Amino acid sequence: MHDHPSHNETRALRLGVAGPVGTGKSSVIAAICRQLRDEFALGVITNDIYTDEDARFLKSAGVLPAERIRAVETGSCPHTAIRDDVTMNLIAVEDMERDFAPLDIVLVESGGDNLTATFSPALVDAQIFVLDVAGGGDVARKGGPGISGADLLVINKIDLGEHVDVDVDRMVADATSARKGGPVLALSRKRPETVEQLCAWVREMHKTYAAGGHIPVDPGPMAPHHHGEGDGHTHSHGHSHGHSHSHGYTHSHD
Amino acid sequence: MGQVDLGRQAALLLLADGRLPAGGYAHSGGLEPAVIAGRVRNMADLEAFLTGRAQTAGLVAAAFAAAACARASRDDLAALPELEAEFDARIPSPELRKVSRDLGRQLQRAMGSIHPHRYFSALGRAPHQPLVMGVAASVLGLGPQDAALAILHDNNAGAAAAAKLMRVDPFEVHAILARATGPLDDLARRAAETADADPADLPAPSAPLADIAAEHHRRADARLFAS
Repeated sequence: MHDHPSHNETRALRLGVAGPVGTGKSSVIAAICRQLRDEFALGVITNDIYTDEDARFLKSAGVLPAERIRAVETGSCPHTAIRDDVTMNLIAVEDMERDFAPLDIVLVESGGDNLTATFSPALVDAQIFVLDVAGGGDVARKGGPGISGADLLVINKIDLGEHVDVDVDRMVADATSARKGGPVLALSRKRPETVEQLCAWVREMHKTYAAGGHIPVDPGPMAPHHHGEGDGHTHSHGHSHGHSHSHGYTHSHD
Repeated sequence: MGQVDLGRQAALLLLADGRLPAGGYAHSGGLEPAVIAGRVRNMADLEAFLTGRAQTAGLVAAAFAAAACARASRDDLAALPELEAEFDARIPSPELRKVSRDLGRQLQRAMGSIHPHRYFSALGRAPHQPLVMGVAASVLGLGPQDAALAILHDNNAGAAAAAKLMRVDPFEVHAILARATGPLDDLARRAAETADADPADLPAPSAPLADIAAEHHRRADARLFAS
């Protein structure tokens, strides 16, 4: 009987953006807002760890009217706020949807956390996990629920690859392999065509969601994921799974 | 009233569990500003701080939780707005009133999903946390003293925030909480005694420094906890 203010007619696509600190989650959100704000009615919820830095960044970037960017304080528990106890974020999303109805997309930015932090399907409909080349080329290979199970994996700052000795193509191939062929996007805000690819993915996700065709996938716990060490292994499996496969797989390299 | 039967103890534990997904982890119950201001520096300070808070804000919250529980248990929801107003009158700090309403809304949202009941929507848009706790206790078949104990425990357990704010041995923090169990039971009993009183006559002890500290905390540039 509880009256949840999330009636279908005002329910937006709730899109989470997670990933480690400093990989560019705020920039990804800023780019989406800048490119898509004339196409979609947008709102943003940021999760800040001990300041409202992220909300202030987005407001000062002027990507959306300031009142459409709201911060949730997570008591230095960013992981909890998107996974174990989403109540604060859920209320923030529902408030945003009601206050600016009808919204098309509400973006929820997680506070920067580690590779195991993913959104609960109770909070978001789809999620993007953001890595960057500066964090090391081996991170994508390490896998983890965000990398393997997010609806989209973004590898950000690819323009920096040569400066940090990371082979971007290799990192993308590793990531694609860790995701069993799930979508991986190499992104740089300095390469507009990659930003356009990001926006195309968001458009497609919104279209699928609005048509009722998207079922939230929970990246879930750490999947069994063992790599024998050895260099030179190539990841060239041609299989392209949809992103709704079950995660009980064991992952072997040829 | 006083004695809980065996079937209800589990419900009380559910309600008081820090893992109940109602967002309590984001708050330190005033401990963070007290630590930053240098008023809480060691374990003795922490124990005194918690004792003082339980006897002031804690008792007030407990009395209102008990009163809300008693009214919900006799289906008298019409009395809730007066309880809201009386509780507001006991919190001078606008920031603390907001925190109480935020936490109340979160508990309402969580319990409304966990154990749906028309009472949760009848509480309105942003009810104070002790009132929600009282109604939630009633809905789970608990009595006023249980509601009082649940809110006292919830307030006190926030002391775990000390592990993030101070250089402490977390066992010592919980040793303080263990010593506080008897006093919390006593406070819950006192709160239950006034459960049926006129709302204007409910206890009103206060700790002005806590209100001032909450206002300072709101203006801090960086903080680990929302309050």
